[in-house]
Amino acid sequence: MSNSKILANGVDVYYGSKQALFGISMDIKEKEVTALIGPSGCGKSTFLRCINRMNDLIEICKVSGSIKVDNEEIISEKTDVVSLRSKIGMVFQKPNPFPKSIFDNVAYGPTIHGLVDSKNDLEEIVHSSLKKAGLFDEVKDRLNEPGTSLSGGQQQRLCIARAIAVNPEIILMDEPCSALDPIATAIIEELIDDLRLNYTIIIVTHSMQQAARVSQKTCFFHLGELIETGETNKIFTNPDNTKTQDYITGRFG
Amino acid sequence: MNNSVAKEKIISLRKKRSLEDMRFKYYGFTAMCLSLAVLVFLLYTIFSKGYTAFQKTIVLLEVDYDQEVLKLTPDSSDEEMEKGKFFRVKKQAIENFFPDLSKSDIKLVKKLFSINVDNEIKHYFLDNPEVINTKQQIWVTAHSDVDQLLKGNSRRDVPEDRRKLNDIQLSYVDQLVEEKRVKQVFNNFFFTKADSRHPEIAGVAGSFMGSLFTLFTVFILSFPVAIGASVYLEEFAPKNRITELIEVNISNLAAVPSIVFGLLGLGVLLNVFGLPRSTPLVGGSVLALMTLPTIIIACRASLKAVPPSIKEGALAVGATKTQAVFHHVVPLALPGTLTGTIIGLAQALGETAPLIMIGMIAFIPNIPTGLTEPSAALPVQIYLWVESAERGFQEKSAAAIMVILIFLFMMNAIAVFLRNRFERKW
Repeated sequence: MSNSKILANGVDVYYGSKQALFGISMDIKEKEVTALIGPSGCGKSTFLRCINRMNDLIEICKVSGSIKVDNEEIISEKTDVVSLRSKIGMVFQKPNPFPKSIFDNVAYGPTIHGLVDSKNDLEEIVHSSLKKAGLFDEVKDRLNEPGTSLSGGQQQRLCIARAIAVNPEIILMDEPCSALDPIATAIIEELIDDLRLNYTIIIVTHSMQQAARVSQKTCFFHLGELIETGETNKIFTNPDNTKTQDYITGRFG
Repeated sequence: MNNSVAKEKIISLRKKRSLEDMRFKYYGFTAMCLSLAVLVFLLYTIFSKGYTAFQKTIVLLEVDYDQEVLKLTPDSSDEEMEKGKFFRVKKQAIENFFPDLSKSDIKLVKKLFSINVDNEIKHYFLDNPEVINTKQQIWVTAHSDVDQLLKGNSRRDVPEDRRKLNDIQLSYVDQLVEEKRVKQVFNNFFFTKADSRHPEIAGVAGSFMGSLFTLFTVFILSFPVAIGASVYLEEFAPKNRITELIEVNISNLAAVPSIVFGLLGLGVLLNVFGLPRSTPLVGGSVLALMTLPTIIIACRASLKAVPPSIKEGALAVGATKTQAVFHHVVPLALPGTLTGTIIGLAQALGETAPLIMIGMIAFIPNIPTGLTEPSAALPVQIYLWVESAERGFQEKSAAAIMVILIFLFMMNAIAVFLRNRFERKW
């Protein structure tokens, strides 16, 4: 457990009286891509949203258990959610750029956190974030145009740039490619591969091929339980559990 | 049932169904035509009755600014001129209006002129002091009775004792028309003067300003409170019994008859807090209470319509809840809120009952210049004029309705403009 970034232990999640996650324990290593796979409604997105406390938005949602990020407990009343979220960026299923200019979209995070002192600094952060998200060359001449005028794939990369701009250590991706065409998907997958060098990435995906392509570790969820977790290669070629076997071979889900 | 029977059934029913379609289309069309016809009739009535109010009748009067009569000299100071005896000049001018008038005739002639003529003679002199000791032909305002006669609003063929002008006066008017000493011009008084007992010099300026001040008060009081309340209820308040109760009661409040708010204003604002009666401040406060639920409902609807993904996006980069709401959700909800606000203000503009309760129905012959001055409001002014017996006020009330309609139309235009201007796609 030398370089474990996120350590989950016995995480239970309830939506009202309905239990959605049953005692999830997981160890996520630094600077790796971990894919969460499983059939719809198995709780993988719910688990992802526990890590940056996005579930707080859902009033009936109750989380118990322990998740440690860098050895700090985050499932607690005392957790500073705002700084937690600045450390853990998130990219959503549907691209959700703010209805503002491309520049302002990326600049929003650094501005509210007071990361910049001057306009030049801000510009630099925006440019470097857009570069890291592989979007800069496509939009450098129209940074003042609304972010919503971009194509779906570009919007999603803009959202990645927006997340990167606050200098997070972890990026959560909730089915980032499900609303995109194959070409845009390929670009994002390539980007994830590049981002792995600097960030710890957790990606929820419905596409087994995508999980196989981009991740080093894969976790298989089923009906709110973590069935199996391991090296991606092993999960896809020689899983221990028959349920995993059935799912990846397409027998259910 | 075999195949051909089923087909036959479908065909026979098909005819019935398409007939139904047709019928419904015609019902709808008829309903639309009917409402349109009623609307056109309404507008036609208002315009045909009211358009004459935009004209006034003026009479050419020869005025002799004799320094003896005025008790002024060419060297008099401005203050002295202000106190010149202009009523004597007017009296003289009327005595000489027609040649060889007897004393009783002079009385009759005098009634052809507006009460405002003294003033007009005076102002003509103050603007041109060099006319002292000369005779000037001045166009002065005619009495409303003459005005109404020439506009054809009052009839000549009724018996003399039921007429405002008797036979001699009629012959005078006819003579004036023949000599072209009378004409109709644009009625500037209607737009520059406040209410008056004399129809020819009554205008909507006072009540217009009163309505404007009232709406200003409504906006200042209700808009911030409504935004605060809806943002709190929509984004911050816990969902429990109490907030549910508040929500239900806000909707109920929107349905409370406006006169109840008037009673509240009378009982609380005037009698308990002792705010000045008949003022836009009190009228605006009462109408603000009435408008509040309308704006809250509109604002909450537009807050609800903002996709949650925008707020999530902001929270995910580490914005606090307040930042996410005020940087992203509220700006997106603003066009809808503004539209709702203007609709609420339009409602407040047309409201009469609560204003009557708090005394804005008083006769106010001055144009108000502030929130704490007694003033009338447009709908109350219309009510007052409709009630008046004098013919001259009938066209005035129709014209005031036109003013309020145009006011409303402009407010709606602003609402549409704002919505288009601020609406952003996501």
